[in-house]
Amino acid sequence: MGNTPVAAPPDEIMQPADTVGWRSGLAVLWRVIQLSLRTPWQAAAAILATLIASGMQLLIPLLLGQAVDQTQALLTDADAARAALLKSALLVLLVSVLRGAFTTAQNYYSEAVGHHVGYELRLSVYRKIQALSFGFHDRVHSGELITLGMLDLEGVRMFFSTGLVRVVLLGMLLGIGATILLSTDVVLGLLALSFVPFVAWRSSVSQLRLRKTWLDLQERLSVLSRVMEENLAGIRVVRAFAAQAYEMGKYRKASANALELAHERVQIRVTNTAAMTFSFLAAMGLVLWVGAGKVATGEITVGTLASFLTFMTILQMPVRQLGMLVNSFARTATCGARLFALLDLELAIKDAPDARPLRITEGTLRFENVDFAYPGARDKRRLSQVSFTARRGETIGIMGAPGSGKSTLAHLIPRFHDVTGGRITIDGQDVRDVTLHSLRKAVSVVQQDVFLFTTTLENNIAYGDPWAQTARIARAGQAAQMHQFIDSLPEGYDTVVGERGSSLSGGQRQRMSIARTLLLDPAVLVFDDSTAAIDARTEDAILAEIRTRAADRVTLIIAHRLNSLRHADRILFLEDGAIVEQGTHAELMAMNGRYRALHDLQNRPAGPRPDRQEAR
Amino acid sequence: MAEELEFERNDIRDDGRRPPRAVVGSHSVEEAMFGRLFDRSVAARIWDFVRPYRRSVVISVAAVLVFSATQLLIPLIIRYAIDNGLEATPDSRLALQLAMLAFALVILVNYGASYLQESVVGRAAENVLFDIRTAMFSHLQHVSLSFMDKTEVGRLMSRLQGDVNSMQEFLETSVLSVGDLVLLVGIVVLMLWLDWQLGLLTLSVLPVLAIVRSIWLPHARAAFVASHTANSVTNGALAEAIHGVRTVQGLDRQEVNFNLYTDKAHTNLRAHLRASRLAQVMVPLVDTLTGIAMAVVVVVGGARVLGNDLDLGLMVAFLFYIQRFFDPIRSLTIQYSVMQRAMASGQRLIDVLDVPVTVKDAPDAVQLSADADGSVEFRNVTFGYNPDQPVLRDVNFRVEPGQTVALVGPTGSGKSSAMALVHRFYDVQAGSVVVSGHDVRQVTQVSLGRQVAMVLQEPFLFTGTVLENIRYNTADASRADVEAAARAVGAHDFIMALPDGYETLLGERGGSFSLGQRQLISFARALVADARILVLDEATASIDSHTEMLIQKALTKLLEGRTGLVIAHRLATIRDCDKIIVLQEGRVVEQGRHEELIAAGGLYARLSAVGGASFDDISLEE
Repeated sequence: MGNTPVAAPPDEIMQPADTVGWRSGLAVLWRVIQLSLRTPWQAAAAILATLIASGMQLLIPLLLGQAVDQTQALLTDADAARAALLKSALLVLLVSVLRGAFTTAQNYYSEAVGHHVGYELRLSVYRKIQALSFGFHDRVHSGELITLGMLDLEGVRMFFSTGLVRVVLLGMLLGIGATILLSTDVVLGLLALSFVPFVAWRSSVSQLRLRKTWLDLQERLSVLSRVMEENLAGIRVVRAFAAQAYEMGKYRKASANALELAHERVQIRVTNTAAMTFSFLAAMGLVLWVGAGKVATGEITVGTLASFLTFMTILQMPVRQLGMLVNSFARTATCGARLFALLDLELAIKDAPDARPLRITEGTLRFENVDFAYPGARDKRRLSQVSFTARRGETIGIMGAPGSGKSTLAHLIPRFHDVTGGRITIDGQDVRDVTLHSLRKAVSVVQQDVFLFTTTLENNIAYGDPWAQTARIARAGQAAQMHQFIDSLPEGYDTVVGERGSSLSGGQRQRMSIARTLLLDPAVLVFDDSTAAIDARTEDAILAEIRTRAADRVTLIIAHRLNSLRHADRILFLEDGAIVEQGTHAELMAMNGRYRALHDLQNRPAGPRPDRQEAR
Repeated sequence: MAEELEFERNDIRDDGRRPPRAVVGSHSVEEAMFGRLFDRSVAARIWDFVRPYRRSVVISVAAVLVFSATQLLIPLIIRYAIDNGLEATPDSRLALQLAMLAFALVILVNYGASYLQESVVGRAAENVLFDIRTAMFSHLQHVSLSFMDKTEVGRLMSRLQGDVNSMQEFLETSVLSVGDLVLLVGIVVLMLWLDWQLGLLTLSVLPVLAIVRSIWLPHARAAFVASHTANSVTNGALAEAIHGVRTVQGLDRQEVNFNLYTDKAHTNLRAHLRASRLAQVMVPLVDTLTGIAMAVVVVVGGARVLGNDLDLGLMVAFLFYIQRFFDPIRSLTIQYSVMQRAMASGQRLIDVLDVPVTVKDAPDAVQLSADADGSVEFRNVTFGYNPDQPVLRDVNFRVEPGQTVALVGPTGSGKSSAMALVHRFYDVQAGSVVVSGHDVRQVTQVSLGRQVAMVLQEPFLFTGTVLENIRYNTADASRADVEAAARAVGAHDFIMALPDGYETLLGERGGSFSLGQRQLISFARALVADARILVLDEATASIDSHTEMLIQKALTKLLEGRTGLVIAHRLATIRDCDKIIVLQEGRVVEQGRHEELIAAGGLYARLSAVGGASFDDISLEE
């Protein structure tokens, strides 16, 4: 324990997965298949139904061919022929009904398997994203995670129905179909199947090209979207600089760029569709020509010819869809690789194997020679050798220039990040040795950036303790000086805020953030520059409320307005990650150092026209 | 739908892990997904966009007709071959060769028509789609700002993207559906023509299909909409978890949220399973009906071949037609939904295109000349976003050229509105705003924009390089001008410290910069624009003392030699102004210099007493 260096923690860095190798691609597909087998009965039902449905489909041409031949048998015995026709007709009907029933089962069960896979993956992604550390979320852009959780997940989910089941279907139709055709007549069979390799090849190539151009197109469209979105979000800037023409220029460039590729894609698609249809019809013509000759010489019956032609129409669709199949495999491999890269990340911040709940006794927070550096930048320490002790009832102020490590310090206590050297203890227990749950119940940080959820004000205040009674919520609202404002709203505490709701000012948002923290009863309470947008008088009232609660806990206040720290028992002054001055206000003033300089700067005389040149 | 989801939430028993009041994700109000099948006014407006490409439309419709005709011909050729070409006689051989020649001809034409039809319609659809989007985007550049203020960017984006895309889907498939329709009618007509009795008998399965479909469709559609809604609700909850992850972890809500999310994901699963089930209902029906039709042809047709009323080729042709018969019906069914969706989307697109442009250049608008004096005057200005609720009442003041004036007042006093009027973001209801001696309504907006530069409270940077951001639309500004501006506002040093200096690409709208740095860049941008009048909304968010000092200096530099109108929040800024105008509830209550106003002991004196370093967020009612 103590300063003993531990093995480097997992850094939660995702490997890029834009191109997937052959082997890893197969590994991903295998994993998706395993996921699909979590619902073994439905997966089995889907496969079985596919087998039967494709079998029924193959029977229809045979039955029709047989019926055609039966009409030719009239000369011998018309009644027998009629009876045979009736039997064939009933068989056609029966087979059609069965085909319909099993196709339905095939479609439904294969989609159901996909939906279940999607459900499982959604939950895993959600759980993972919630658990990944601040470090991860600082690095990975939220848009990327949203894409991962929506589009990539969708790509993986669809694999069973659009990939696997179709392979079975195509295999059945081609395998058994080809066997029947070739065993009936080799030459005619080869002709009937002659379009298959060509169409399979064209369709796969074009789908892969379409996929590639699709990804490029998405890229270009996202540029276009960005241009539009920035323009709309910054419409005031655009208008303020009368820059509409300039912006339209930007837009047209991005738009033309995307349109060009869209046209290219149309071309790829059309060229291949037309060629595939042509090759199919040409093969059909050959079968008709050669087949008619064979009928004439008596080698085959008319019924056989008819059943060959019908076979071809049945084979056409699945063969054309081979390209989609290839696409589905490629898509699943890349989407799955990205998704599993996220799910397989080892958490950087998690409970130690033998973690126990934090036990609060004295309520003492201690920093012991704490070092911190962001992963990947280990040479550049954000905090070095920070040590201090804060006892229950004490209020500690923390000051320093931006980038001096104030917020970092606050984030280390509830383990938003882990220290890279030294340790932080609460009543002697290293924060890394206790359960995260108990630690974060004991430590509350009012964060600098306020995030409000799109729900009522009441729900927002009760976010940390959704079981809280209404009266307690109102008390927290009062303490944060929000109650009067909320009461004046037509819907009071039921007013919905957030992205869509009525918007709050920056100061009100900060007060909401303070309210939801004051609802809780933590042993360590940290305010991370959380009153910056609040006016001085309101801030004073909030600080007074905080003081009434200070006796039961350690309170840390990070601020750069001295006014916010007037009542601190002690003030730590940080510079480049180290504590350079500490003491009471009077002691620090007496030191005549950095604190004093800042104090003088903020309390410039309010005389008329101070000399601006001096202010640097 | 939202109620249904809510209901499902409520019947989860209280296991103590799902607190009664907690929610994840917001309830989003979905826009109508399906419109009327055909809306004349929508169609007419969309046609305006198609009109430039009407040649393409004519060509592709013609190609579609040819394409469908060739498809109809193939079974007939097969019939001819079977009836006439199966004997070992020379006549028969000739007939077969004739049939093969016809077949070859038909599939060549088919190839050409298919190619022509799809490429022409595909290109035209893409063009129309991009034209619609351009028209909308261009329109949004000019619509009134009060519309933009009320409308979320996300909502507009979903129109510019989602709705435009469903329009494209419609345009691409609409020509194809002409082909499907021709195919369907062609098959019916041919079957009746070949043998009306057998044809009628076979076609008798159609009404059954129509009846079952009409019962099925509303259910299937409801299930589809429900699954769509459930999906977006679940995705919304995921997005919230991603954006709010720091708060969630800070307040230790992971467990509760996971349970709530599980409920949502489960509702989503059930909605999708139901939609899948309903989507499959038609499959066995269509297969059964096909089976019945084929059985009819086999029994009735076969018996008549026996009696020689009917030739064998005809029976084979019938079997071919029956197998193709349901394809056009299936795709027309899909097309039906696509069309309804397109009508709903089209309505939304038109809504955007029809947002009125309230602020327009007057027909006789003059250019505001570059050497105009740069004074600003408000004469009896009354203005409200809603004319019944004025936010400015009878406001009068004048800013002399070169003067700097501070607008001060509590939140909601009308400062920002006054500032917006100088740039004619809105038009006044009474009185007039006069810039350099001209009523802003009498000059062109572009020339006004060159005279008046604005710095907004929230600095807004665009994706691109630092250089592009500072230069923005001042096209003739050289790199040296940009650097000079950056130096003047004290941004040069930190820009040069960036990896690529001025060429550094800003990710995420400059998200990696501090607020203070972004502020300085937006100052530099205004400096490069070099306008006579500068309107500035000072940032309220507190910035550290060092940066604040830099900004104060930059501000002084920026206002040098210009007329300045500043919404000031900081005492330090206000004190330095030539005049202070104090607004309260839309009226000018005091004006004068700092010392004069302090001495007067009015609202300003009270504000500066409680405000400390900042004037923002002061509530006077207490």
